[in-house]
Order: sequence, then structure tokens, then C-alpha cells
Amino acid sequence: MADKVLTANRLCDGVSVWLDAAGNWNECLQAAFVARHKEAVEALEATGRQAFADNKVVDVNVVDVEEVEGVLQPLRMRERIRAQGPTITYAAGYAGLTVTDRPAA
Amino acid sequence: MYRYDEFDHAFVAGRVEQFRDQVARRRSGELTEDAFKPLRLMNGVYLQLHAYMLRIAIPYGTLSSRQMRMLAHIGRKYDRGYGHFTTRQNIQFNWPKLSEIPDALAELAGVEMHALQTSGNCIRNVTADHFAGAAADEAADPRPYAEILRQWSSVHPEFSFLPRKFKIAVTGAERDRAAIQVHDIGLHLKKNDRGEIGFSVYVGGGQGRTPMVAKKIRDFLPEADLLSYTTAIMRVYNLHGRRDNKYKARIKILVHETGAEELARQVEAEFAELRNGELTLPAQDIAAIAAYFAPPSLPPRAEGWASLAQWKKADAEFARWVGQNVQPHKHPDYGMVTISLKAIGGIPGDATSEQMEAVADIAEEYAFDEIRVSHEQNLILPHVALADLEPVYRGLLAAGLATANAGLITDIIACPGLDYCALANARSIPVAQEISTRFGAAARQTEIGELKIKISGCINACGHHHVGHIGLLGVEKKGEELYQITLGGSGDENTSIGEIIGRGFAPEKVTDAVEVIVDTYLGLRLSASETFLAAYRRVGPQPFKQALYGNAAEAA
Repeated sequence: MADKVLTANRLCDGVSVWLDAAGNWNECLQAAFVARHKEAVEALEATGRQAFADNKVVDVNVVDVEEVEGVLQPLRMRERIRAQGPTITYAAGYAGLTVTDRPAA
Repeated sequence: MYRYDEFDHAFVAGRVEQFRDQVARRRSGELTEDAFKPLRLMNGVYLQLHAYMLRIAIPYGTLSSRQMRMLAHIGRKYDRGYGHFTTRQNIQFNWPKLSEIPDALAELAGVEMHALQTSGNCIRNVTADHFAGAAADEAADPRPYAEILRQWSSVHPEFSFLPRKFKIAVTGAERDRAAIQVHDIGLHLKKNDRGEIGFSVYVGGGQGRTPMVAKKIRDFLPEADLLSYTTAIMRVYNLHGRRDNKYKARIKILVHETGAEELARQVEAEFAELRNGELTLPAQDIAAIAAYFAPPSLPPRAEGWASLAQWKKADAEFARWVGQNVQPHKHPDYGMVTISLKAIGGIPGDATSEQMEAVADIAEEYAFDEIRVSHEQNLILPHVALADLEPVYRGLLAAGLATANAGLITDIIACPGLDYCALANARSIPVAQEISTRFGAAARQTEIGELKIKISGCINACGHHHVGHIGLLGVEKKGEELYQITLGGSGDENTSIGEIIGRGFAPEKVTDAVEVIVDTYLGLRLSASETFLAAYRRVGPQPFKQALYGNAAEAA
């Protein structure tokens, strides 16, 4: 079984978040709690359902990750982009518009 | 341009307050996500990968400087200082907070703008030729009719829950710059032998997973019958369109499964019931709307001819920009200026708040306060005196908006793709950036000539890849991005759907593949005046397959 983390988008601003070990929704994937066995995944899913029901987050999903040299990396590109922000190199005229106000993944 | 009346103001303001209440109730938990989602979509609010996205309607792509400045303000105050102009002549902001969107909508309402019906299974923003009211080849300005359709379709109770979304485009010229044949309804405004205004009506075009070219079901519909006939089409669709399968719910599928002839018969039968009824447009009502779109008074500026010749002689870059981005206006002393949002290596359709303000300033000073958004993700100044082209160019140059590539290989359409979009399977923007960079040299672009590359990050085809001369469709295969190439598509008066040329290419190979296609074209064209599309239609796919896949071409 691949390692898994719980991710969602915060209801009030839509920002991508991951559930950390303290049960908080964190904007940084690297802070995420990693589930490595079935029971832990079920606990993540239950937490996600509750957080959705509590109107804290939307679009809740458990996603596969791997740890490479201590860095969490989602297996799917979609999730990597969600974690790291747009991959775009901004052209002249767009300097400063890269995603600067979110923590690095 | 159209100005809101009291009803419009009250209606839009009312909807803003409704949405403010809905957002508050959602945040308090009074509304569930399932209940709230269709409500936010009706107000143009999507949830994307990183944040919410707000899609603002720009009816038929027409903006004033005041409105453009408001878009710049929205970008700066509620977003990250930029916006993305779309292939439906709208603008999208990628980072607004749900909690702040009602305030943004209230500010937009102050300049007669909104985000209504930019999503949902309703009649979406009606689009039109971006050169409307200025083009020399136009029979009549399509925008008054687009505005009539906008008013009629806004929260139309019968057509707010259609089987699927519904898109209407209108052109007033023989040369179709609004891609009407890939819309649910395409209207070609023209004059008959008696000089009367009417429409050829096309139905059932579209892109997405099942691309279809629309079928003409009426050659000439009198203008007075526009709403009666459109209502007839909508009723047939609403009644018979499939609701059991989202992927078969567009009217193009109904037209395909029913047959254009039978569908036309059903529409005509419905139309016979409606004709000469309350939906008939009185001539004075059409005239009243048309008056809003009266062209500005364009004084003679014949001095521009001599000035222009001198400026072009003195500055080769300016001359190249004029040659590529300025089209003849119906008034000989004026031109229609395309402001490219396709800087070399840039993000197609993106503009910063500062750039929007620069365009607003230039439009106010030199272009009668009028700006258009094209479905090719550029901006247009429809009325600029030749005598003012040089200062306009200088202003655009200072704002990083003077790229001389309208219609060339770097004038690429690209959807937001996987960098932003929750539906995407692959990225579009970085592919566009790399192709743009590879072909960015001015001489090379000029040598290649007209060539439209269009890129979509998923089969929904927001990047119009099906009608790209070269179309790129990003898919996900075994967890990796792969780009399928189609050739020979076109979204003009001779619309065609591109043909898949063979197996797809990995991201790092796709620009090379495009280069092989371009070099093959350059090698086989009859002359420099034979465009890529004309050459492809003459020779077919085989030379390109051979060049791309070699001996494996037969199997490709």
C-alpha cells in the first residue's frame, strides 16, 4: 500500500490544505500526517468526513505519496501541482507574480 | 456600448446580496456543500486546484476603460495582481477567497459587470466578433443582437436548468471571427437580396469530447424573429436533450442523433407556434438597443497616412507591429489594433493589473474608450486613428504589450490546464511557453506565416484544440502527461475538426514534434502565400505522419 495523506480545500478561501499530526489543516504538504497502514487510512477518511460535515473543508481526498530523501512527494502530478503551486515560469512582466505567499511544499 | 437601466442595476445588485447571504449561510453551515455548489456556480465561482476561481462575464467581449480598470482593481485587491482572459471572451481570477467574493461582485456591479451565468447548465455569455462595429467586411454590428439575447437569456426561468450548458456566438461578417460553427447556436448576421437584416442559423456545433461542426438549419431568419426562433430551438433541446448522460447532453448530440433535417423540422414546428407572438422583436426595440452600439464619431484623420509611412520607415519594429497587429477599419483613416496577450514565452491570455490599467489609459486617450476581448485571448482596440498608432504602440511597448504576433505561430490559445484547473489531465501553459520561445524569433514567425496553435489540458477543449491548425490535447497516460496532436482544424467560416496525426508525445518531445510539422509544411508549401492550413488541406496528413513517425507512420 502506498503511503497516504489527507488533503482538502479550506471552505472559506479554497486554499489547498493537508491534515497534520495535531489534527490541524496545514497549508504545507510536508507537515501532513502520513498514514502507512489500513487503520490509519480509515482514521484519515473518518477525519475528512467529519471536517467536511463541520464545514471546515471541501473536496476532501486521501492521496498517495512517497517520501524521497525526507521530502513528501505525491505520486500524481495533479497532487504535486496542488502542493507546490503552478509550475509556470512567469515571463517578463510577470515577475513577482509567482506563488510567494504560501509555504514551500 | 450598452448601459444598464434601472432594472439591470436592481437585478444585478439583488443577485450580489443574494449571493452574499448564500456565502454567509454556507460558512455557518446552514447550507450544505451540495446545496451551495450549484448556487456558487450560477455566480461564476468554481473551486480549482489551489483556490476558488471567479469567472466574470464580458458580454460579447466589449469593455470600457472604466470596466477594465475595475478588473485591474479586482486583480489587485482580491487576487494576485493578474487575470486570465478566456476563449469565451470572459476573464478569470485564480485566487479569490470565497469570503471576499461578494465584495468583489458588489464592486463589479458598480461598473455594470457581473459573473452570472458564466457557469451552470444555462445560456452562457453570448460571444461576438471582436471586430464588431469596426470591420470593413461587416454586414451589420452583431452586438445589439448579442445584447438582446443576453437580456432575454438572463435568469430565463425556462432555460436555467437545461440538460447542459449552452453557448451562442454571433458574427456580422462573412469572415467568421467568432467561431460560430463550434457553438450550440451560431448566428451569422447578414443582409438578404432586399437589403433586410437577418441570420443564418447554425445549430449543434461544439468541441469537447465529441467535436461537431454545426449544421445550418435556416438560411435567413428575419431579425424580428430572433427570439422566437431561438426559443423554438431551446424548447426542442430542453424537451429532447439527454439528461441521463452528462457526456451526451449537449445539443450537438441531439442534432447528431436526431438528424439536422428532422431537428430543423421540429424547430420550425415550434417556431410556427411562436411566430408573430410576444417574442417578436419590434423594430423600435432593436433600434433602441442598436443605438447603444452606435459607432463613435470618427473624424477624418487623413494626416495619419503620411505620419504612418514616416514612422514605419524610421522604426522596423513598429512597422512589423503595424503589419501584423493592425487591421483595416471600415473608416480608411483608422485601424483595428490587436493587443497581443502572447508575449514570447508568456502565458496566453494573462494580463497583470498594471497592464490592464495601461490598456484602459490608452483606450481612453486614443481609442474612444472601447476595448474588446477576443476569443483568441487577445485584447482589441477597435477604433484607432492611423495618426495615433505610434503613441499607442509606444504605450503598449512600455507595458510589455506590443508583441507583433497576431495570427502567427506564437499567438497560441491555451487553457489554464493542470497548473490551475481541477478538470485538467495535463498542463497547457508551459507547453505554450516552450513553443512560443522556440518559434519566437520574428523572422521565423514571419516566414511561417499564419498558423494557429491551440492547446487544451483535457478533452473538454477549453483551449479549442479541435479547431487549431495544430491542436495539442494533453492527456494523462500511466500517470504521465502526453500530448496528442491534431492537424487541419479551423474555427472560421470553413470550420473543420483537426485529425489526430498519430501517437502522442511526452512533454519534452512535443515542441520538437511541432517543429517537425512546421518544417514539413515549409518544405512542401507551393509558395510563401500558401498557409499551413491550405497546404494541409491540399496534401493531407501523410507527409506529416511520415516526418513525425518515419516508417512507423502507417501504424501511427
